[in-house]
Amino acid sequence: MPFIPHTQEDIAEMLTSIGADSIETLFDEIPDNLKSGGLNNVPPGLSEMEITRLMMERANQDGFYQNFIGAGAYEHHIPAAVWQITTRGEFYSSYTPYQAEASQGTLQLLYEYQTMMASLTGMDVSNASLYDGATALAEAVLMAVRSHRSSRRILMPQTVHPVYKKVVRAIVGNQKIDIVELPFCTEAGRILPESLKKFDNEEFAALVIPQPNFFGVLEQVDELTDWAHSKKALAIGVVNPVSLALLTPPGEWGSDGADIAVGEGQPLGIPLSSGGPYFGFMACKNSLIRQLPGRVIGRTNDLDGKQGFVLTLQAREQHIRRSKATSNICTNQGLMVTAATIYMSLLGPDGLRRVAQHSHVNTVNLVQKLEKISGVKSVFSSPFFHEAALKLSKPVDDVLAEMKDKGILAGLNLQAFYPEMDNTLLVCATETKTAGDIQNYVTQFEQALQ
Amino acid sequence: MLIFEQARPGRRNYSQAPTTTADADGIPEQFRRKKQPLLPEVSEMDTVRHYTRLSQKNFSIDTEFYPLGSCTMKYNPRACNALAMLPQFLGRHPLAPEDTGQGFLACMYDLQEILKDVTGMAGMSLAPMAGAQGELIGVMMIRAYHESRGDYERTEIIVPDAAHGTNPATAVMCGFKVVEIATDKEGNVDLNALKAAVGPQTAGLMLTNPSTLGVFEENVTEMSRVVHEAGGLLYYDGANLNAVLGKVKPGDMGFDVIHINLHKTFSTPHGGGGPGSAPVGVAKRLLPFLPVPFVVFENGAYRWVAEKEMPQSIGRLSAHMGNAGVLLRAYIYVRLLGRDGMHRVAEFATLNANYLMAELKKAGFEIAYPTRRASHEFIVTLKDAKEKTGLTAMNLAKRLLDKGFHAPTTYFPILVPECLLIEPAETESKQTLDAFVTAMKEILTEIQEQPDMVKNAPHTMPLRKLDDVKAARELDLCWRPDA
Repeated sequence: MPFIPHTQEDIAEMLTSIGADSIETLFDEIPDNLKSGGLNNVPPGLSEMEITRLMMERANQDGFYQNFIGAGAYEHHIPAAVWQITTRGEFYSSYTPYQAEASQGTLQLLYEYQTMMASLTGMDVSNASLYDGATALAEAVLMAVRSHRSSRRILMPQTVHPVYKKVVRAIVGNQKIDIVELPFCTEAGRILPESLKKFDNEEFAALVIPQPNFFGVLEQVDELTDWAHSKKALAIGVVNPVSLALLTPPGEWGSDGADIAVGEGQPLGIPLSSGGPYFGFMACKNSLIRQLPGRVIGRTNDLDGKQGFVLTLQAREQHIRRSKATSNICTNQGLMVTAATIYMSLLGPDGLRRVAQHSHVNTVNLVQKLEKISGVKSVFSSPFFHEAALKLSKPVDDVLAEMKDKGILAGLNLQAFYPEMDNTLLVCATETKTAGDIQNYVTQFEQALQ
Repeated sequence: MLIFEQARPGRRNYSQAPTTTADADGIPEQFRRKKQPLLPEVSEMDTVRHYTRLSQKNFSIDTEFYPLGSCTMKYNPRACNALAMLPQFLGRHPLAPEDTGQGFLACMYDLQEILKDVTGMAGMSLAPMAGAQGELIGVMMIRAYHESRGDYERTEIIVPDAAHGTNPATAVMCGFKVVEIATDKEGNVDLNALKAAVGPQTAGLMLTNPSTLGVFEENVTEMSRVVHEAGGLLYYDGANLNAVLGKVKPGDMGFDVIHINLHKTFSTPHGGGGPGSAPVGVAKRLLPFLPVPFVVFENGAYRWVAEKEMPQSIGRLSAHMGNAGVLLRAYIYVRLLGRDGMHRVAEFATLNANYLMAELKKAGFEIAYPTRRASHEFIVTLKDAKEKTGLTAMNLAKRLLDKGFHAPTTYFPILVPECLLIEPAETESKQTLDAFVTAMKEILTEIQEQPDMVKNAPHTMPLRKLDDVKAARELDLCWRPDA
């Protein structure tokens, strides 16, 4: 009986105390016709040794590849200490810190996380995280609509991660919110601020601004933010947290800064692991605190005046407000945030900047070498950060298949998300790639293109 | 001390960041950050020591009995973590081609099939990232179903008053009006109130069974009939599936759509409040609306089903495919349990709860629903003690911490005054339960003899009682060096 400690003697004593003659008696309030006839598709139980064998076989079946795909999930070095500490039982097997006095570890860590994220994004406050980058953007959209009151329209550039756009539509779809798509300039690979003129006489709750955008291209964030504010709309920044060690944080965009910053936290010490669990981050200006969804930790004192930490602003949340809550969300991604906090502490401001810089330099090197191959050219003319789109003389899927046979996942076929972008590859080389890896990629790529 | 207060300018971890000093070519000055972020400048050992020490200030399943009602705090087997963290699984990019992930996809497919069998549902999507997101997806499917039939008049979702707060919050997020119905004296949903509430405006009923009152809804078949006859659908909140795992299938109770909290019933870690994972299962008529992606097995290979093949799908609810690593842990757990392990979970969770309820009753505690069997949890009410001594459920909860036990859930469900919702889970031994009963008895005596001791608890934690009011009034959500 896996994980059940009861001896026959225990069972007998417990049933006597209850006054029941068998365990089955304890289910006597369940109508007989509802009792299940058994499980046909569940195999018999395995021992730990047997499941280990099975999982090793399946892991080996998947094997190892050199990964040059980014598109919202980025491979970075994760220091050994990150997950060794994160998976300590006291973090791994605790629950939401409802009993603050018995959860100071998690609570203080979350307060430190909020401090780090607020500073990284240049905002006043951060929540304790949301599910992932895509749902964080959906929550930001809902937050903008709640705070704006008169408009339920959102301007959404087509340079935002295409899946994020889908998730936003799915989540806010039933709340009568209008998502207006904003086309990008196909030469620059970004939104042209002058293209916003046609909306000058329309009202919006918010403009979403990705930085870098899905193509890796840097948007004119200052002009876009100022335009949004001139329209009394909020500016929502969607940012890569590693890039923020190098790039202007949303809180400093334009004259007044963006109002809400969200993004995918995965680059901060979370493994790629087929897409999750990751975490979404969300930070905002002080004026929007009461509209902020999700868990928030505050610093306070105990009876003796000693510093301590608690869940706060719970009056916004579903377990108090029920149908009037700011969101139905009742957890954060606690364990992921634990890892991210330890990651940011190990890297520090200088280390994180080096990771960002080195990732960018690697991608620049790769792109420059690839552009020398006949049949490869950069698609966009604008500055970018650590990811770039390349136009090939051959269908991308053919090239990707050949590269895969050489053990390299060479990037993403952009046509999967942008049907009009044929023969276009999105590629990223983070700090995990050596000069040798990049040279090998280039050599194999040249052959695959022939 | 905060990590920031241990920092010194210029302290670095040389082995953790690239040594390159190459400049970031091609990024114009206008895009560059001018002031460095407030990340701590500490050594690797400072970090390890600081966060190890912080961890030691937490109660957890690995260190204490944690009978938090409605949360199913059972043992999280270490093998589940170790095997989900094999480097091939960790290194796999979510957009990597399917043929480079057949081992991973096989696990996801097997998990879908096992969960379908255990719940009696026709389809299963692993996409939702938490219970609340499972609910959102479930209610979105209910809405999509009615709209696909041209039925736009169904504007209401019925929710019992004992339900989790997420139920009404979710219904509102999906654009529905919430109708709350009462619970009767025996802890069942008031059937007459339900009959009066349903009509052509009813989109569905959200039900937790066994309920958050710790009892099985005996009239569930009749409730199902009433809602279905009115044209509504039945939503099963799987928060308490642990109580009936392998014994009763939600599909057999008439539910059309369900979510399962893997972090409860399937033992994936709670992680200090996430990540969760909440696959949604559907009956046949809701299959076209399932969120994408999910896995199919065709021509000897596993692959994701995407939007194109599912024109009526409610869409995507995460950037990739949900919390894959959590799903792997759940998969490993179900394979360890196997067929016979499933119903034993329900049996021993129920045995533990009923034993604890019987012992606490003998010790003089008032049980909220004394005539009912406990499911895997039950409610003690301190209403009487509050009236006589002024001491509250929260006081008792804090005093339990001093005795080395995490407190049960307090003040939920809100309809039982001064309540403690107690869920021991099947992985606790009789000795642990007996020690908990002893502690509870001691507190009962203390309430009479040393009320101040209980009132001012905790006494042995790293901190004494914390000031929530100050936290909310004088908001301090971020440390600032100058403050």
